[in-house]
Amino acid sequence: MTRTRKPGISRRSTLALMGAGAVTFAAPWVARAQAKTIKIGMPTILSGRVAQLGTSSRNAVMLEVEKVNAAGGLAGRQIEMVIRDSKGQPQEAARIARELVNTDGCEMLLDGEASSGSFAVHEVARDLGVLCIHTCSEASSLTADPKQHIPNAFRCVRQGIHDSIVGAGYAAGIAKAKGLKKWATCSPDYAYGRDTTGEFVLYLKKFAPDVEVISESWPKLFQPDYTEVVTKILQAKPQALYSCLWGGDLTSYIDQANIYALFTQMEVFAVNMADYTALTVVKNLPKGIHSGDRYIKTFPATPENAAWGDAYKAKYNEYPTNWSWQNATAVMFLNEAVKKANSTDGKKVAEVLTGLTIKCPFGADGTVTMRADDHTLVGYAIGWGTTIPQEPYVPDVKAGDWKTIFELEAEWKKSKGYT
Amino acid sequence: MIPVDLDALASCLASPACLVTQTTSGLIIGMLLFLVAVGLTLIFGVLKVVNFSHGAFYMFGAYFAMTVYQLTGSFALAILAGAAGTAILGLIFERVFMSRVYGRDVLMQLLVCYAFVLIFDDVVRMIWGPEFKSMGMPAAFQVPPLFIAGGVVPPYYLLLIGVALAAAVVLGLGLARSRIGKVIRAAAQNPGMVSALGINTGLIYGGVFALGGMLAGLAGALAAPVRSLTPGMGFSVLIESFIVTVIGGMGSILGALIGALLIGLIRSFGSLGFPLFTEGLMYLFMVIVLVSRPTGLFGKEVA
Repeated sequence: MTRTRKPGISRRSTLALMGAGAVTFAAPWVARAQAKTIKIGMPTILSGRVAQLGTSSRNAVMLEVEKVNAAGGLAGRQIEMVIRDSKGQPQEAARIARELVNTDGCEMLLDGEASSGSFAVHEVARDLGVLCIHTCSEASSLTADPKQHIPNAFRCVRQGIHDSIVGAGYAAGIAKAKGLKKWATCSPDYAYGRDTTGEFVLYLKKFAPDVEVISESWPKLFQPDYTEVVTKILQAKPQALYSCLWGGDLTSYIDQANIYALFTQMEVFAVNMADYTALTVVKNLPKGIHSGDRYIKTFPATPENAAWGDAYKAKYNEYPTNWSWQNATAVMFLNEAVKKANSTDGKKVAEVLTGLTIKCPFGADGTVTMRADDHTLVGYAIGWGTTIPQEPYVPDVKAGDWKTIFELEAEWKKSKGYT
Repeated sequence: MIPVDLDALASCLASPACLVTQTTSGLIIGMLLFLVAVGLTLIFGVLKVVNFSHGAFYMFGAYFAMTVYQLTGSFALAILAGAAGTAILGLIFERVFMSRVYGRDVLMQLLVCYAFVLIFDDVVRMIWGPEFKSMGMPAAFQVPPLFIAGGVVPPYYLLLIGVALAAAVVLGLGLARSRIGKVIRAAAQNPGMVSALGINTGLIYGGVFALGGMLAGLAGALAAPVRSLTPGMGFSVLIESFIVTVIGGMGSILGALIGALLIGLIRSFGSLGFPLFTEGLMYLFMVIVLVSRPTGLFGKEVA
């Protein structure tokens, strides 16, 4: 009896298939590189107390992606966004990022995570070698620390150290003019709050050496009631107060401090006030709170910026957030880099992105740059002003000077042992 | 930053201005906490269930008040809506869901409550959106604070303390003196006998749950002008309410009042003397009470 081969899959083709399969599973984005659409994965926070971070990031990304797709896509390939909710948990963000690349076949990542999650996604990018742009994490060390540096990751976000330098410079000017020597601080008790406040005080004292901090308060993140903090500050009788509370915590604080008439008794510097999420929510916004610009459509005061803010509002029926402009900018960067590289290959795009300057409505001079040495965004509009209770909320924003920022940032990096 | 600043605490205790400010600040925190905790303790005393979803009623109270305030512009109506809305919600929740798990395993009750914590949060997200909201201070209270002996006291907080105190007195007298109060106390001790005497215990249970929900809703409505509204806002309040009931004794109304005021005062004076340990102070106090009096300061069987 002779053995007959059954029709079907031979051993050789099985092996070939298995080999192909192995390659696909090991590096799926290579195997699918020829797909017509290009998938971009995005882990972000879509539920929980800071869901607004994710929704306003997603909205901005979709607004820009629609424009890119309408103009023919990335090197002729339509963009398909795959956006997943990490619930703000770092381990979940890392898992999702990995899955987006390995299972869903995403060829690039936009990391819409807050600082805690972004470091986890960064490790995934390091491991998989996939092109990754961080779009929400403001923690300076993410790009300033050379240990974090990888060729395929970029940060398209404002940065804590930049904000501290500009904020302290602005505050020192007012402190000198008005003789504000006794300061109090009140910031949330976690890494961001402590670091940002520490850096602000450091530079404030550098610019205005006779400033003295006489009272510090560190309420818990998401604390519902700040009454004891408010009264403690009133007891200390400072001339000025600095706070980096944000979002709902900041609006609670303002409502509670307002009925103690705190804002009439001292100058208040709240770096996160000038964000529409807070500005539009507070019903009795005190006049004259000093704030950094988060996103405001009147700064930079250009038709491009105003048009972008209005287009966003028309589409989503609310104003964009700080996260929105950063995510929109990331898509603009990708679009320009792919055009220049004439390829959607992650490595080639990363090479072009390094040091790339693009036209952008959020640039201090109409352009922003992805700085070559540390892959981070510079040249964006950054400034401080005082609030009024109705639109445009912060009528006159004083722009920070990027030359000073660069000088002091370099010193700061040195002091941290980063350079 | 100094972890212990006894000088600041001592100088505050010596100054009447600081004393007035910090004491009222403690009273406000305490009274709002009392309204939430007393509902929790009442429900436990009578129904013998720990209502882990109690924070949700605080949240709904705040959202109801904000919505009605935006629609009508009347602050009184807003407070009323916060209280009445959560009472109805409490009644429905008790009759449809909680009544099914009485006498069951504690884990089962906990699971039902926890499920509703998540469901209620999502309902709020669907109706009002995920972003934080602010109700805004009614115009009548947008006035400069009062200065009593040099201390700062916002008029709105006087109203808040007054309303909460009134609720405490009405509740205490009602339970001690009125016929319904007697029936409730009897049902807490021996529901079988109360039922045998021809009284509808289901109605009593539903009523007590509605009352508990209403008090939490009232707290939420009163807090709405000064605290930001978010899905999940009930959670941190719930944790502190548990500390209050543990300190005061599960099931005791007086215990809830004393416990809540103590927590409020610990927070307001603790933030001066122990700025880095204010939260810890609360828990430390709870541990001391638990060790020395495991039933809590006023813990007996029932209210």
